[in-house]
Amino acid sequence: MVTQKGVAAKLYRSKDGLGVWEHRGKVAAVSYGYSPCDRRWDENLEHSLGAYSMIAAKKALEEAGIRLDQVDGVVSAPGPIGEPWAPRPYFAPPYDSEDGISLVTAEWLIKNMGLKNVRFANSEASRGHGQVLGMASQAIGEGLCHTCLVLFPFGNLAGRYSQAGSNARETATGNGQWSMPWGWGAAGAGFAYGFNQYCRKYGVNHDMMAPFVVNLRRNGRMNPMGYYAQHPEEPLTVEDYLASRWVVKPLCLHDADRPVNAAVCFLLTTADRAKDMKLPPVYVLNHNNNNFEARGLTHTAEEMGQFGDIHARRMYEGSGLTPSEVDIFNPYDGFTLFTQYYLDAFGWHGVKKGEALHFYQGDIRVEGPHPFLSSGGNNGTGRTRAAIFTDCIEQLQGRAGPRQVHIKAETAIAGCTMPHTCAWMAFGKYPD
Amino acid sequence: MPRPIPVPDELSKPFWDACNERRLVVQNCTACNRMQYPPEKTCLGCGSGKSLAWREVSGRGRVDDYVVVHDSRLRLWQAEQPYNVALIALEEDPGVLFLSNLPGIPVDQVPVGASVQADFEEVTPGQLLLEWRVVSQPQRPAQRKR
Repeated sequence: MVTQKGVAAKLYRSKDGLGVWEHRGKVAAVSYGYSPCDRRWDENLEHSLGAYSMIAAKKALEEAGIRLDQVDGVVSAPGPIGEPWAPRPYFAPPYDSEDGISLVTAEWLIKNMGLKNVRFANSEASRGHGQVLGMASQAIGEGLCHTCLVLFPFGNLAGRYSQAGSNARETATGNGQWSMPWGWGAAGAGFAYGFNQYCRKYGVNHDMMAPFVVNLRRNGRMNPMGYYAQHPEEPLTVEDYLASRWVVKPLCLHDADRPVNAAVCFLLTTADRAKDMKLPPVYVLNHNNNNFEARGLTHTAEEMGQFGDIHARRMYEGSGLTPSEVDIFNPYDGFTLFTQYYLDAFGWHGVKKGEALHFYQGDIRVEGPHPFLSSGGNNGTGRTRAAIFTDCIEQLQGRAGPRQVHIKAETAIAGCTMPHTCAWMAFGKYPD
Repeated sequence: MPRPIPVPDELSKPFWDACNERRLVVQNCTACNRMQYPPEKTCLGCGSGKSLAWREVSGRGRVDDYVVVHDSRLRLWQAEQPYNVALIALEEDPGVLFLSNLPGIPVDQVPVGASVQADFEEVTPGQLLLEWRVVSQPQRPAQRKR
């Protein structure tokens, strides 16, 4: 079974006016599995991204009580995220290409796990870690498969990202001719610029981010799938955050998520089948995948605010939920300097435009009345882009352990990645 | 200061040729009267692929906002860290943004809102680069914490 190109685009919901999702409550997330979460691959094949993907997939199946022969769908956001392994020599099969090392396709997982009954496979969303959950949900809703593994592999090899290739050259070609001559080439530069605009518009400042980031790390330390739970460090403090080095001011080191080498795998199925599995189902209420273009060189704060409004409008329309009905809210925080656009737009817990940073000064702990990003997010768990979704499932199943929120947990919304390209999921404890 | 040297291509050559004549030009869509920079093959406003023409503009603008780069991925720039990168809004249409290092402005002391004028610096023999110089300070410079 190989990916049929062009299928993914037909499965996304990406428009206004689509109404309530036609399969609302008929698809369910049941379980997930995760691998060890390492800072980098140590070149031991037992710790490879492929090996970790199989560990995660097997755990997801065990948690749900599903056999290999019952799986008929596999979707992956294969990557790569960081640098390729080549030009270093490859290994013996199944590690004789990038597939299994710096990325993992659905096809690689099917072959190496011995999945014989797969009739729907897709690896088109190379970095679409939010997109693949929606793609699988729609595929199940349309009957393309009934029991689907959804893989989030996230590789990190030795060395720093993006220091070689065109970034190391003395000439600027293609799109680089509009940015590189002026030194516009730091991670998150556009979001740092937008954050400055946001701060000027609303009279807030970077110091106000500290309690938010500190709380993300606190939540992450309580999330066993994450880097900071598996590799405990001293808890991050407000003072640590304020003293952190700048990457591109106003974006500091602690505003960026930590690249890791890990895999997470979800199991989605029909609502009917989910009733017989080992864990209670969490019903999918909607999904959306939205992409927007900036007018010019980079996204402005105004544009990102507008993108946020569209994300929120489409998710509320498709799920049938209103802002006051969303219990768990896990928007993306890979750079923390754009999460405020989501909070402002979705209006979670009554937040209005420009109020997000003020909201961060309140009680956002999981024990408190406003448990924002109860997952720990990417910032608190490492760059798997998965915790925001796994937390929604766990909270609604009531098995989030010390992270279990003290408020009602019957609905959830999560999405990743950045404001101009973000895919969302809405979940419910009940199908209607 | 060594910078990555822009290499014009078929789409961008009119822009860089104009720079070499110390003129600032941007694409303008005659169908929807919308300017755009960087140049594209089609108008991002109306989608027209046949209505884009080059238009000379005033070269006047305003500092919209800025960042200070401390950890660049660009090898040639790493020796210059930290350095300013400002976004300049064009007078004729503030939605059109340009990058600038604002030569002469100290690091992290960029006067947001200041008026600026296009200027051109030679980055390699035969190639001028668009830059911007502050010509008047804003009435109330923006204050920022940390």
